Amino acid sequence: MTAIVLENLSKTFGKTLALQDISGQIAAGRLTGLVGPDGAGKTTLIRMMAGLLGPDEGSLRVAGLDPVTQGSALAESVGYMPQRFGLYEDLTVLENLRLYAELRGLARADYRHTLDRLLEFTRLGPFTDRLAGRLSGGMKQKLGLACSLVTTPDVLLLDEPGVGVDPVSRQDLWRMVQALTGEGMAVIWATAYLEEAEQCEDVLLLNEGQLRFAGRPKELTSRLEGRCFSLCGSSDKRALLAQVLTAPGVRDGTIEGDRIRVVMDAGCPAPDIESVNAVIPVSPRFEDAFIDLLGGGPGGQSPLADQMPEVASMGDVVSCQNLTRRFGDFVAADSVIFRVRSGEILGLLGPNGAGKSTTFKMLCGLLKPSSGEAIVAGKDLSRFATDAKLRLGYMAQKFSLYGLLSVRQNLAFYAGVYGLRGREKKERIRQMVDGLQLDSLLDSAPDQLSLGFKQRLALACALMHRPPILFLDEPTSGVDPITRREFWTHINGLVAKGVTVLVTTHFMDEAEYCDRVALMHRGRIIALDSPDRLKARAGQGASMEQAFIHLIEAEPDE
Amino acid sequence: MNSRRLLALVSKESLQIVRDPSAILIAFVLPVLLLFLFAYAVSLDIRQVHLGVVLQSDSARAQSLAADFSGTPYFRVVPVRHRKEVTPLLVSGELKGYVLIPADFDRRLFRGDPLIQVITDGTQPNTANFVAGYTRGVLVNWLSDHGLQAPIRLDARFWFNPEVETRKFLVPGAIAIIMTMIGTLLTALVVAREWERGTMEALLSTPARIPEILLGKLLPYFGLGLVATMGSTLLAIHIFDVPLRGSWAALLLVSSCFLVPALGQGLVISALARNQFIAAQAALFSGFLPAFLLSGFLFEIDAMPAPIRWLTHIVPARYFIESLHSVFLVGDVWSLLLQDMFAMLGLGTVMFVIARVKTRKSLE
Repeated sequence: MTAIVLENLSKTFGKTLALQDISGQIAAGRLTGLVGPDGAGKTTLIRMMAGLLGPDEGSLRVAGLDPVTQGSALAESVGYMPQRFGLYEDLTVLENLRLYAELRGLARADYRHTLDRLLEFTRLGPFTDRLAGRLSGGMKQKLGLACSLVTTPDVLLLDEPGVGVDPVSRQDLWRMVQALTGEGMAVIWATAYLEEAEQCEDVLLLNEGQLRFAGRPKELTSRLEGRCFSLCGSSDKRALLAQVLTAPGVRDGTIEGDRIRVVMDAGCPAPDIESVNAVIPVSPRFEDAFIDLLGGGPGGQSPLADQMPEVASMGDVVSCQNLTRRFGDFVAADSVIFRVRSGEILGLLGPNGAGKSTTFKMLCGLLKPSSGEAIVAGKDLSRFATDAKLRLGYMAQKFSLYGLLSVRQNLAFYAGVYGLRGREKKERIRQMVDGLQLDSLLDSAPDQLSLGFKQRLALACALMHRPPILFLDEPTSGVDPITRREFWTHINGLVAKGVTVLVTTHFMDEAEYCDRVALMHRGRIIALDSPDRLKARAGQGASMEQAFIHLIEAEPDE
Repeated sequence: MNSRRLLALVSKESLQIVRDPSAILIAFVLPVLLLFLFAYAVSLDIRQVHLGVVLQSDSARAQSLAADFSGTPYFRVVPVRHRKEVTPLLVSGELKGYVLIPADFDRRLFRGDPLIQVITDGTQPNTANFVAGYTRGVLVNWLSDHGLQAPIRLDARFWFNPEVETRKFLVPGAIAIIMTMIGTLLTALVVAREWERGTMEALLSTPARIPEILLGKLLPYFGLGLVATMGSTLLAIHIFDVPLRGSWAALLLVSSCFLVPALGQGLVISALARNQFIAAQAALFSGFLPAFLLSGFLFEIDAMPAPIRWLTHIVPARYFIESLHSVFLVGDVWSLLLQDMFAMLGLGTVMFVIARVKTRKSLE
């Protein structure tokens, strides 16, 4: 049975084309992934299905209704969970549920039965009197889901329910949603995580407002059967990746722990490189297929890193001892201990609220620790914060750019802030512009740039003073996979020159680029090791996400 | 309109008000602060004005007049011998004016010439008027005490506020300002907050209709507004000694009528501004400032230039303040109250029509 029919849908906001001629069908009783990077048009499409936006052209039918003309009937057969869950934070769990039950007209006779069922389903029973604002990310998400399920809708729309939630809660949510499709409900799950797409029964793959693929994920990945390999090399993995990407016939390449994952053009054999010890055929993934669909990944050369001078090795560049930060009675970072060696990439991996950003801000001198000490570039942050700041580059979440200044002015501002003047300043800005190919955009405002260009500009600003240490806070969340590869090419190039990199992320596959990964959960580091060894702890062939779930479940409960 | 959904929205909003410290702050703490401010800090009454008295005559009569100036509570007299000495004091602002009693005072008295010269600091017109008026009063009293014919007899009587205490005038006006804050500012803020937190999107996707969502917002704030009015009135009567000559019923009726345009204005703002910062700015500029400046609260409407005077007709607070002054200081003058209530309801209807047209059940 078809739950949703889309016919030639188009939508523009001002000058941007959000959706372009989308046609397709979504089946009832199945879990359909609406997959694509930020800005692909997922939210716009889902809002149209919820009757909150009208199409400029084309038409759609949701549960047999036209959302434009039959809005009120539609509201009764569609459940919708917006990106921020749509919860009232100053109401309790039960009050939120009751509100939506009343608004959706749940019959009085079913009241107790339905609420009990939902509370059991979401395991929120013990927390009915807790304010929604005090719930963890995962619990909020489950409550949001419960609120959209108070009456059993024909169509359930979930807009990025998995963002920033810990992997255990994410796994729970998948189970719940899968149970719903069994009852005949059509569930639409929007996501930017490509690995989530693989778990969906059907997929609509969007990129820049265009539908690039519709069908079963297997159909897409099967095209790449026999073209994906994992390479084990004796040389440095970053150097090997650069080498692999220049080899003939290579479509895409990424670092995966200590190995290199490579996708070949159709009909090309695995690259023959001297330092490679073993070539293992692997099964293709959704992300491989997406990159292939978009025409392959970028090259492995970073013109930016080529211009950077070598950084002398310094031993331990960052070290923190029992670093703790409290906000009231909430411990955001709890006795964090780690060291980062010169020329290493260390990743802090964890869900929202795990303490990654708090730890980061303390190390950058932006937040005073409640106790413990941090030494960055040989300087004790509690006494020489300013000296240390001159030795580090910081790229903030959401890229701290000035929207009202042009790209050129942003660059000049950051150069000035770090004390560059005259010829040197001009020279440095020119290098950044050349290295990151920003020259055609110098006079545009950062707000008009795509996420990828914003990211490049933010990287240029953070590197203006050639810091030996680079802090990246969630640098590529929501960015499309090609742009993410470009970004990591630059980072890999910088590390090859001796720059030390600390990165926070909640993208599991981003952790694969790191030399070592610290898993953070509730303010503490629960494991710190190389990606391969972390995965090995969860068993043969486990993914990073499975490793994380395994480690969290081994933790004692609250 | 579905009463079950409406009830759910109203009880949700009421719970939020009770739990939100900022709503309680605006509805209960702010009124107390404002009332104290207008009752004690802002006073248009003049007392202890520094006045120079230049006594150029040595006659007994001139000296007794100078003594009378010192004798009133309104002036603190600085005696000066020469006019030259007094000018710098006036320029520096130490004196608000001076009285010159000329050397030929006695002769002028018999010839009926102007007796004294009063110079005031025109940069403070309010004070200057008081100085001019009071000095004349002192002179007239002195003349009659000495059995002399006064050139002009002045006899001022003030109705409704016999002591001309501005407090009795300002406190009822302050209630209008408070109600504007609750009606317009709070409503605009809470709707903008729903947009900011993404809850509006969730509400819009439920079967709830726009009129239900809007009414669900308004009813609790309507109640809150009336409670705040009653609180402020009790404070006004018992703490600030403002009389309530009219009835409570009339007071609550005009307050209810005022809340219609005030809440409507909040809704119009919230339909246009989807973040709290812009909503707050818009509410301050379009609600609070006109209620302060163009309502006759501080500045007399009759004294305004004609175009501004016309503009005051679309400021709901103007009618409310007029009604409040009447209910507090005069009594239930229904002919006036009905007129004002009609005007407020009319403005309110316009606001609601705009709000209804501008709030659409979509995100575009």
